[in-house]
Amino acid sequence: MATGIKDKVAIIGMGCTRFGERWDVGAEDLIVEAFEECINDAGINPAEIQAAWFATCFDEIHVGKSGLPLSLILHLPNIPVTRVENFCASGTEAFRGAVYGVASGAYDICLAVGVEKLKDTGYGGLPAGGGGNLSWFVRPNITAPGGFAMLASGYCAKYGLSMDEVKRAMAHISWKSHQNGALNPKAHLRNTPTIDEILNAPMIAYPLGLYDCCGVSDGAAAAIVTTVDIAKALKKKHEIITVKALQVSLSNGEEAGFTTWQYDYIIPTTKAAQLAYKEAGIKNPREEISMMEVHDCFSITELVTYEDLGICERGKAIKDVLDGFFDLNGKIPCQPDGGLKCFGHPIAASGLRMLYEMYLQLLGRADKRQIKDPRIGLTHNLGGFPFMGIASVAIIGRLAD
Amino acid sequence: MVGIVSYGGYIPKNRISRMTIFQANAWFAPATIQFAQGEKAFCNWDEDALSMAVEASRDCLKGMNKKDIDALFLASTTLPYADRQNAGIVATALNLKEEIITADFTGSLKAGTTALLSAIEAVRSGERKNVLITASDKRETKCAYLYEMWFGDGAASFVIGSENLIAEFKGSYSVSYDFVDHYREVGRKTDYIWEERWIRDEGYMKIIPEAINGLLKKYNLGINDFSKIIYPCPFKRAHRDIGKLIGASKEKIQDNMHEVCGELGAAHPFAMFISALEEANPGDNILMVSFGQGADALWFKVTENIKNLPPRKGIKGSLADRREVTSYEKYCIFRDLLAVEMGIRAEAGGQSPLSILWRNRKMILGLVGGRCTKCGTPQYPKSHICVNPECRAFHSQEDYEFADREAKIVSYTGDLLAISVEPPAIYGLIEFDGGGRMLVDFTDCQLEDLKVGLRVKMSFRKRWHDKERGFHGYYWKAVPLKGE
Repeated sequence: MATGIKDKVAIIGMGCTRFGERWDVGAEDLIVEAFEECINDAGINPAEIQAAWFATCFDEIHVGKSGLPLSLILHLPNIPVTRVENFCASGTEAFRGAVYGVASGAYDICLAVGVEKLKDTGYGGLPAGGGGNLSWFVRPNITAPGGFAMLASGYCAKYGLSMDEVKRAMAHISWKSHQNGALNPKAHLRNTPTIDEILNAPMIAYPLGLYDCCGVSDGAAAAIVTTVDIAKALKKKHEIITVKALQVSLSNGEEAGFTTWQYDYIIPTTKAAQLAYKEAGIKNPREEISMMEVHDCFSITELVTYEDLGICERGKAIKDVLDGFFDLNGKIPCQPDGGLKCFGHPIAASGLRMLYEMYLQLLGRADKRQIKDPRIGLTHNLGGFPFMGIASVAIIGRLAD
Repeated sequence: MVGIVSYGGYIPKNRISRMTIFQANAWFAPATIQFAQGEKAFCNWDEDALSMAVEASRDCLKGMNKKDIDALFLASTTLPYADRQNAGIVATALNLKEEIITADFTGSLKAGTTALLSAIEAVRSGERKNVLITASDKRETKCAYLYEMWFGDGAASFVIGSENLIAEFKGSYSVSYDFVDHYREVGRKTDYIWEERWIRDEGYMKIIPEAINGLLKKYNLGINDFSKIIYPCPFKRAHRDIGKLIGASKEKIQDNMHEVCGELGAAHPFAMFISALEEANPGDNILMVSFGQGADALWFKVTENIKNLPPRKGIKGSLADRREVTSYEKYCIFRDLLAVEMGIRAEAGGQSPLSILWRNRKMILGLVGGRCTKCGTPQYPKSHICVNPECRAFHSQEDYEFADREAKIVSYTGDLLAISVEPPAIYGLIEFDGGGRMLVDFTDCQLEDLKVGLRVKMSFRKRWHDKERGFHGYYWKAVPLKGE
């Protein structure tokens, strides 16, 4: 009988680069930048790392396939390095590999690294898909903003809302993330647009305007995990941070093929959240979760994610958003580091970046954006599209909690 | 008896006023004013002769059992492939049975009527029961040319058979000449055309009367035995004068459609003939003449059965279904006459693997999905395991056609980031009546036209053109239905 991951693995070190249009560096440099911070934080010798998981999504435009780039760049001591890729959940998948490596008893200390160098394409937005497979023949030219924009039409229709009402809440979501991002020296976007500026921005994919879309950024993040016993033996001054839950859920084809799903929510997020709460022993997420980093690739995604995570009732997230429930000084601050929206979104680094922020907050290291006494942090990724998605939910907290 | 069992028409929705074309080019070619009456129909950016042929054929097959079709002839001078039978693509898109013959008829504007005569001969011989003939053309000219005013795009179809005829074939007379009013070398986009006055005087006004008089003499008929006479001729006065030359009164001459859509190439005599059939009465004798390196004259007699033909769009319905494009630049960009910068993002792409196309030809070109024989769930694509979570049966699905089913919009967007010739790229998720879902591009519409729940129908379109490898990719898109 599976007992889940709760409190079996501790995070002893994390690192994250500044995200942004890092014209002056490549993936090789970003990996080292994140790893250096991470290994120094962990206070161990790189030779002590026994296995590594390496996340990159668009291998075509940066380091290429396989685990080799990580092994070669960090000169790892001939240990197993596994490349993982699961769209936007790639970073969390690398983390999951490392955590499970420790939890299984196969290794004492594991490394997870996620990196994405997106700004070598020559154009804005994510890399466009190519030919060569069946979907090339039949799939519309769907982009990320377009795929997620459809959530807004579906959500409006489902709850009988006007697009203006939803747009207003979406604007608050982006406004809040810009306010938080401005406090974060590592964030890609640190400007603070007004609600009106957000609402009146140029359209990208109806109804998403420019400020409804996250940054396309370069960056890397890393984590080192170990057993609780080893973490204790390191005798760090701060609390031991452990993994409380780690869940991934993928679409099974029903959304675009069968169900009465109305493009108004994300089935995998809903499923992953339920499993994660069970694993972590959380009964009432709205009361028990202290803070979140959710996959705000687009403002509308964040809106429906509040409901998918069970923080807001279905169809009611707008009210909480406008009440400031998710603002930095609200009940559950969401995206305290600026989120994908402002910290940026180097695909395979994002999951680890979110965990990095939760880790900093739990250790009281979040400087100007420090949340008061947070206990439980939740991170969420959503890869693919709403009609065929990959959701991950991770929950971390203090060992004592 | 051999004759017409059914007809179908397709004229693209886009219309541009000839005054709009003239005004854009008047500084350069003021003489084009002489043709600047009415409007012309032109393909959307995702249409060509082949996609229009599929649409006209679908219209023609309304109410028919597709299994009865045992030959398909495609006539056009502007087919996308010189070698890869275009008629075969149409047959696959229509999901016709595989035991048929298919053929392209091309190389002349009379290719349509010649294909029709070949179909009549095939049915009369008893070798074929029902032959589908579709003529379609999308002819190109350079900007500001007289013929830019003249040419329109469109397609028209007939089924030729021996039962349930709506018009009986009574006879024909043909002449063939190497009369080179224009020509187009293989691989070239536009025609080289001789002086229009000579074409008018030595071509239209001599060869058409010759074919008509030949037919009258052959069957010992007088022109007054016909209630409608159909022949192409874009010169307004010459069109009228041909009537005088053959002794036909004005009301018998079918309008040349210059002002409503332009001249549709190989499809033009068909489109005019269908316009006549749409107004015809049982017992009417109709004479249809084509023009193109000679002429074919065909005599049909309308039967009582025409009253029983199921409703269809036809030419009349196509002409009524229009959207006006007011920008000449947009017209030029749609036809790739004006190069716009599509950006680096548009470079993405690559091969269109032919082995994948072959394995999935029914799915891709025919929009054939599956229906689970255990639980009845329609699904696209057809797969080995049923998508219904309550069922999940293995290997339970039979072919299920989606192309002729209507659907409703579940969600949609208009995407300005996605590469499109007409931004924003409008796409979304639709659900078919009776079940089955699909992510689709929407076409022939504006973002403002859409809403969740709006009804749509499917249309066969060109999805991409790989210019590097010369590959034309076709697939289905959804068109919003009016008045829903």
